[in-house]
Amino acid sequence: MHAPNPEFAIEARNIVKRFDGETAVDGIDLAIRKGSIFGILGPNGAGKTTTLRMLLGIIDPDEGERFLLGSPNPISKAHQVGYLPEERGLYQSMKAYDAIAFMGALRGLPLAEGRRRGRKMMEDHGLGDAADKQIRQLSKGMAQTVQLLGTLVHDPDLIILDEPFSGLDALNQGKLERLIRDQADKGVTIIFSTHVIAHAERLCEEIAIIADGKIPFKGKVSAARNRLRPQVHLETRNLDGPWRTAIPADCKPLGHNWHFTLPESGVEPLLYALVEGGAGIESLSIERPGLHDAFVQIAGEAVARKMDEDATTNNMDEAA
Amino acid sequence: MIETIRAAYVIARRDFTAIIFSKSFFFFLLGPLFPIGIAVAAGGLGSQVSQDIDNSVIGVALSAEEADILLATRLRLSRSLGSKSMPELVVLRDFSTKEADIIAKLDSEKSLTAILSGTLAAPVLTGSERDVKRWQGKLTLLAETALSQPATVDVETRFIGQTSSSSERNQLMTAQAGQAILILLTMILAGMVLSNLVEEKTNKIIEILAAAIPMDAIFLGKLFAMLGMALVGITVWSTMGLTVALLVGGNWSALPSPAVGWPIFGVLMIFYFSMAYLLLGSLFLGIGAMATTVREVQTLSMPVTMGQLLVFFLSYSAITKLGEPVEWFAVLFPFSSPFAMIARAAQMDNLWQHGLALIWQAIFTMIIIRFSVMLFRRNVMKSGQAARKKSLFARVTGK
Repeated sequence: MHAPNPEFAIEARNIVKRFDGETAVDGIDLAIRKGSIFGILGPNGAGKTTTLRMLLGIIDPDEGERFLLGSPNPISKAHQVGYLPEERGLYQSMKAYDAIAFMGALRGLPLAEGRRRGRKMMEDHGLGDAADKQIRQLSKGMAQTVQLLGTLVHDPDLIILDEPFSGLDALNQGKLERLIRDQADKGVTIIFSTHVIAHAERLCEEIAIIADGKIPFKGKVSAARNRLRPQVHLETRNLDGPWRTAIPADCKPLGHNWHFTLPESGVEPLLYALVEGGAGIESLSIERPGLHDAFVQIAGEAVARKMDEDATTNNMDEAA
Repeated sequence: MIETIRAAYVIARRDFTAIIFSKSFFFFLLGPLFPIGIAVAAGGLGSQVSQDIDNSVIGVALSAEEADILLATRLRLSRSLGSKSMPELVVLRDFSTKEADIIAKLDSEKSLTAILSGTLAAPVLTGSERDVKRWQGKLTLLAETALSQPATVDVETRFIGQTSSSSERNQLMTAQAGQAILILLTMILAGMVLSNLVEEKTNKIIEILAAAIPMDAIFLGKLFAMLGMALVGITVWSTMGLTVALLVGGNWSALPSPAVGWPIFGVLMIFYFSMAYLLLGSLFLGIGAMATTVREVQTLSMPVTMGQLLVFFLSYSAITKLGEPVEWFAVLFPFSSPFAMIARAAQMDNLWQHGLALIWQAIFTMIIIRFSVMLFRRNVMKSGQAARKKSLFARVTGK
């Protein structure tokens, strides 16, 4: 066993998990820096939840090793960790503030202090009136907020959120994003899984893309984007001339519009060639590719399509 | 270890308060009153029917002198044999003893069961075959006694302390009673543990618990919460039972004293009930943890009850075989050990063996919990729908 690196909140080295002979997670390596917001992106069934459960110690990997806050036994660090599982669950007969206190008590917070904090947190989030209501009397969104507050009540150093945005309306998604940023500002490490790329793009400094139990990419969001060249959208008055040598030879016009990848030489030589070559520029825009485009390029068209479908299904479920 | 105990306490506290402060717990406490109520009602009804049947009145159509002697004899015998053992006698004055008149009298007087006529030396009992056969013997005894010496004979009585054989017999009774109570309580209460993890699994709370505390703590906490609930129930029922017994005036000195004495026997009853509950409960919790729905739990209840019965039969059959191999087996086999040991407490006075037995039972409880946790983690705590949809058998066997 290698020694853990104290700079990282989580380290996983070649972890493998098989269920009934099928490999769910296939040799994943991860190193998540303390104090960062880290996103794990992938479609349903890609292995995100299994990876998180192994990192948390709910299940053990069949191969490889993992360290959570420097410990190979994640449960021993449970007092410093907050976890919101994908499948939300609360005791239905518990009062809301008591449910928060109970989740804190599980992670070492004295019950009385948990109750005090639970009430305060609910008031701070505009749910003060619901503090004494039983969970079964709350709306789905309120119950989810209660569970999220229960994840934070003991002031953890590391928060792991599995699909935290699923089931939330746009308003609550925005609130959750703010809450994640607030926690990160306090120096808390946040890891969340999602199949909605936009959330990761807005929140994360680093991401890991997971598909079929493997991680084809991990690193900074900008690094993922930089794997794709910027796209040029050009409208010209002329369709031919010496300027044509400046754009890729296989680029075909759509009317007077041209779409192509920015050449390796960069923007300045392109502009010079277009002006000097008499293209007659009507309009020109150069777009940096988004994380979605990077995802398509890294994980493949099929995986990206599946993830979009998951997101659509999720939205329909929420609407229902 | 300390963290496991702390976490188990958090789980136990939550479960215990959730049960104790629920409305259904009130009905749980009332539970034993239903069979007792039914038994009392059935007993009362039976007694009334029996009284109605036994309320026989025999008409006496003897000479006035012989009738008076017969009544006096009846009174005398009733004092020593009990009034219920003799028929009621009604003297029929100035009554014709012709057969036709007797039959007419029996037809008209519904309260009369039969009529005794003739003389004490040659009595004639007229009535239906059933009634005549029923009272013939008693009336013969009355007539014979009436014809013999009229004075009563008092038997002088002398009492001595208990003989060793009577003491052993009494302690055996205590052993049987103690074991029966233990078995009954365990059978009623331990099965409830079977469904104890279903709520956590159906509400998806198990994921939060499993990520926060050791799985052993979840099992231990749930087990002790249920034990606490069972002990609260037993305390309430015992208090109610003792109150009723005191009100009706129970004769406590008549109860056979166990070999270890009543106070220690009482303490051992609590300890052995707790161990029996923890042993069977940990097994049931482990089995029940494999079930995902209430229906699966219900399916499991039957074989589990049968298993309990087997253990109880083993312990019960060993009571009278103290020191024999079958009794030693019942003492050492963890699931029957508490029942066999309470029987020993009633019949043997050495205490050290109970310390050893309790330690052995506690160790085995921990082994079962560890094994159940291992099965649960390996076969139930998996990701994905496919794992959850597996059959109960597949989850238990891990295939």
